[in-house]
Amino acid sequence: MSELIDLTAAQAADRIGAGEISPAELFETYRQRAAANELNAFTWVADAAPDGDGYAHNTPLGRVPIAVKDLFCTEGVPSQAGSRILEGYRPPYTATVVKQLAEAGAPLLGKTNQDEFAMGSSNENSGFGPVLNPWDRTRVPGGSSGGSAAAVAAGLAPWAIGTDTGGSIRQPAALCGIVGLKPTYGACSRYGMIAFASSLDQAGPLTRDVTDAALILRHMIGRDPRDCTSLEYPGEIELPKADDLNGIRLGVPEDLTGAEGGVEPGVRDSFDATLKLAEGLGASIEACRLPHAPHALSAYYLIAPAEASANLARFDAVRYGLRVGGDEDLATMYSRTRQVGFGSEVKRRIMLGTYALSSGYYEAYYGTAQKVRTKIAEDFHAAFEQFDFIVTPTSPWTAFELGAKTADPLAMYLNDFLTVPMSLAGTPAISIPSGLSDGLPVGFQLAGPAFSESRLLDAAYALERAIGFDGSEARA
Amino acid sequence: MNATAGKVEYEPVIGLEIHVQLSTRTKMFCGCALSWGDPPNTHTCPTCLGLPGALPVVNERAIHYGIMIGLALGCEIAERSLFHRKNYFYPDLPKGYQISQYDVPLCRGGRLGEVRIHRVHLEEDAAKLNHLGTSGRIHGSERSWVDFNRGGTPLVEIVTEPDIRSPAQAREWLILLRTTLRQLGVSDVDMSQGSLRCDANVSIRPAGRPEFGTKTELKNMNSFAFLESGVRAEIERQKRLLDGGEPVVQETMHFDPRTGNLTPLRSKEEAHDYRYFPEPDLVPLLATEEMLAAASADMPRELPAERASRFEHALGLHADTARLFAFRAELGDYFERALAAAGEDGRDGDHRLEPAELSNWIGPLVERIGSETDPATSKVTPESLAALATMVKAKEVSRDAAREVLTLLVQEGGDPRAIVEREGLGAISGEDDGLAELVDRAIAADPAAADQVRGGNRRAIGPLVGYVMRETKGRADGGEVTRLILARLEANA
Ligand SMILES: [Zn+2]
Repeated sequence: MSELIDLTAAQAADRIGAGEISPAELFETYRQRAAANELNAFTWVADAAPDGDGYAHNTPLGRVPIAVKDLFCTEGVPSQAGSRILEGYRPPYTATVVKQLAEAGAPLLGKTNQDEFAMGSSNENSGFGPVLNPWDRTRVPGGSSGGSAAAVAAGLAPWAIGTDTGGSIRQPAALCGIVGLKPTYGACSRYGMIAFASSLDQAGPLTRDVTDAALILRHMIGRDPRDCTSLEYPGEIELPKADDLNGIRLGVPEDLTGAEGGVEPGVRDSFDATLKLAEGLGASIEACRLPHAPHALSAYYLIAPAEASANLARFDAVRYGLRVGGDEDLATMYSRTRQVGFGSEVKRRIMLGTYALSSGYYEAYYGTAQKVRTKIAEDFHAAFEQFDFIVTPTSPWTAFELGAKTADPLAMYLNDFLTVPMSLAGTPAISIPSGLSDGLPVGFQLAGPAFSESRLLDAAYALERAIGFDGSEARA
Repeated sequence: MNATAGKVEYEPVIGLEIHVQLSTRTKMFCGCALSWGDPPNTHTCPTCLGLPGALPVVNERAIHYGIMIGLALGCEIAERSLFHRKNYFYPDLPKGYQISQYDVPLCRGGRLGEVRIHRVHLEEDAAKLNHLGTSGRIHGSERSWVDFNRGGTPLVEIVTEPDIRSPAQAREWLILLRTTLRQLGVSDVDMSQGSLRCDANVSIRPAGRPEFGTKTELKNMNSFAFLESGVRAEIERQKRLLDGGEPVVQETMHFDPRTGNLTPLRSKEEAHDYRYFPEPDLVPLLATEEMLAAASADMPRELPAERASRFEHALGLHADTARLFAFRAELGDYFERALAAAGEDGRDGDHRLEPAELSNWIGPLVERIGSETDPATSKVTPESLAALATMVKAKEVSRDAAREVLTLLVQEGGDPRAIVEREGLGAISGEDDGLAELVDRAIAADPAAADQVRGGNRRAIGPLVGYVMRETKGRADGGEVTRLILARLEANA
């Protein structure tokens, strides 16, 4: 049994394909672990393995079950986006990405806890309670895809998907010691993802290693006629195989990794050690400039809340979800429902976004933020003329204690300082575990130009093998 | 200063905002069918219900129609336009925002008739609210429910420049717009069903002044007559205010067509900051050369405004007749077929039928078949109407007799010549002895009238002419009879 959960998803798929293990047994093993979890990583777990007939035996994903972030709509299964306003909501349809994965042979194991509407970096904003970090249960797993990250790290799921708006896959992956990838904006369909910030949201994998991430991403991408911001992916996602980084030019953006980023010493040490390994694998390392990137966080906290303020307007108690004050007048129903149903961080961002879009303020706030966004994208474009990848620590710090930053929203927002620039630029980025600092995982981030996922995975794979991170402690 | 003594002449300034439901097969941003009268909420999906995670996809047909409307109105079609979110809460708006176009619309500029077009843009319709209780509105109703069948129907909003100067002109222009859209085949344009809706912006200013007065908005004038009467009432209201030394307040007015009353909508209901921003779920709308070519290819050969102009200027019809025939395409079509038949009749010189003369026979025909009937469906073929009009012109039948023939044609159809012959309605000419004898009898029967005419009172000739017409059962030509009577009386003088 313990042997089963030590397999990566790709290894498990191979064993199932070879007839060495039974998919039903694998599903049941993980189902029981997920159902019994003490990390509060799941908001719903399947009752039983799906009917085998629904999945061909030789599927690309080998019938290895998958954990799915709560905000992906799954037909007939609670899809609450971590919010009490959607408590018990069961959609009549399934998100495109989840459907594609099921068709490729990854059945739904459960839905994972998250920050409410993906707004948070610690998973403490969930309407269904915080998720605990499997490395240290007094600490946060990161967010907003904290449930998915904790579930994979703790061996409660073979693999998982989440969404990344400003770092919501990469940062919890870093804090939980697993791999997390945010694809190029438009690579994966957003249809059926309960929206936070439409121009930034992307689905992506959270996995135990880089190979698993490549395997699953391969079945997530593609243009969806239901999402006109999705794009035809040029080529395929290749499974990684690089042994070295010969000729690879890595750029270290001092605008982000300098003093302003506030990177902890332990995180910096791990980052520097990884750069040394990269050099040893043949990569060249140089400082690079992303002059507008330090403004990314400010722009992000205008654009994302602005879009969210509109995206969350649909939760009005008329058609679905929570209704409070429905017997009174319309305004009372709206305000009481949203007052009770939304958590304080969601309300804060709705107010921020509403203000940023208001007549007389639009140009100064939303308009300026969009200009900054364009500048940042230009910075990345210029940097990728000289460098193959830009590398930074994923998070300035390791997992912090529950409650440590809840009283200070600005300190909490700084979690995203190193991940938000890539989100605004729409470029892909991956976080891999680079080691431990005081017994807690540290993440190393590589970002590449649009649609460079295969090359990015290849480089991450070579580094992963050189680092030799062992995450088994979190599964114990 | 005495308010009544210096009574000011005012000029109304009117602009219209028209919403048109497009008659596409499916909704603006999803695949649900457009429907009318189906059970509530039977044409819905995650997108048009605003379910979490659902996304919009633009209906290509609606864009095609939007471009056709832009071309028909002579607009500049934007190569790249944007959809925006217009944010407000209401139960008929499932997403909490309407997807519309804002500062970069599909079409700008243009003109229809004498009114300039400001802009034309695409958006989605709201759902339909039904209220239980007496108020008929959400406030004070016992219970309200929403039918999302209508929600997401493609809408085009057309905004004019403030070029209209009278309530009657507003009405007539809106009829021209409706005819144009109907001919494009892009909408049912039925005001009673709500597929054509009109708001009016109204202000007045002292005649001759260039600057505009404060405008008010009249919402949802749901018939051509209400538009005219509502605008007229609002102009009168504004005149009373200004004459009384009070200012016009910028506000939205509700016109009750039953009472003729205008009441302001509570300002709370209109104090909106819509917080427009570009819709991040959609990509910019690119109107390609291919799309423009496809729209051009689907355009009718001639639009009503062009047809009216051709009827008036090339064919010499009276301006009102030209418009009537152009705006009611079935009349224009019938007229043009009759005109072609008259041309084939091959008469020339004095007997050639002028289009205007032929056009004068459409009215009597419509009177006889009913104004709602398409004359092409009547028993009177365009050829027989042309033949009848030509016979009148050639004085082969009098105008009065021809009207009788027309009545018979409407009843039984057939060839007007055969009817004239059968009924003995052929014209009696001046050379006919019988007619001269009838003139003598008329004078003898009413010597008093004859004396008055001799004394110079030409208007007294009526009873004498009437006598002859009666006796000939209208077969004589009235002008000819008049000429004969005058000649006889002068000869006797
Ligand atoms: Zn629909």
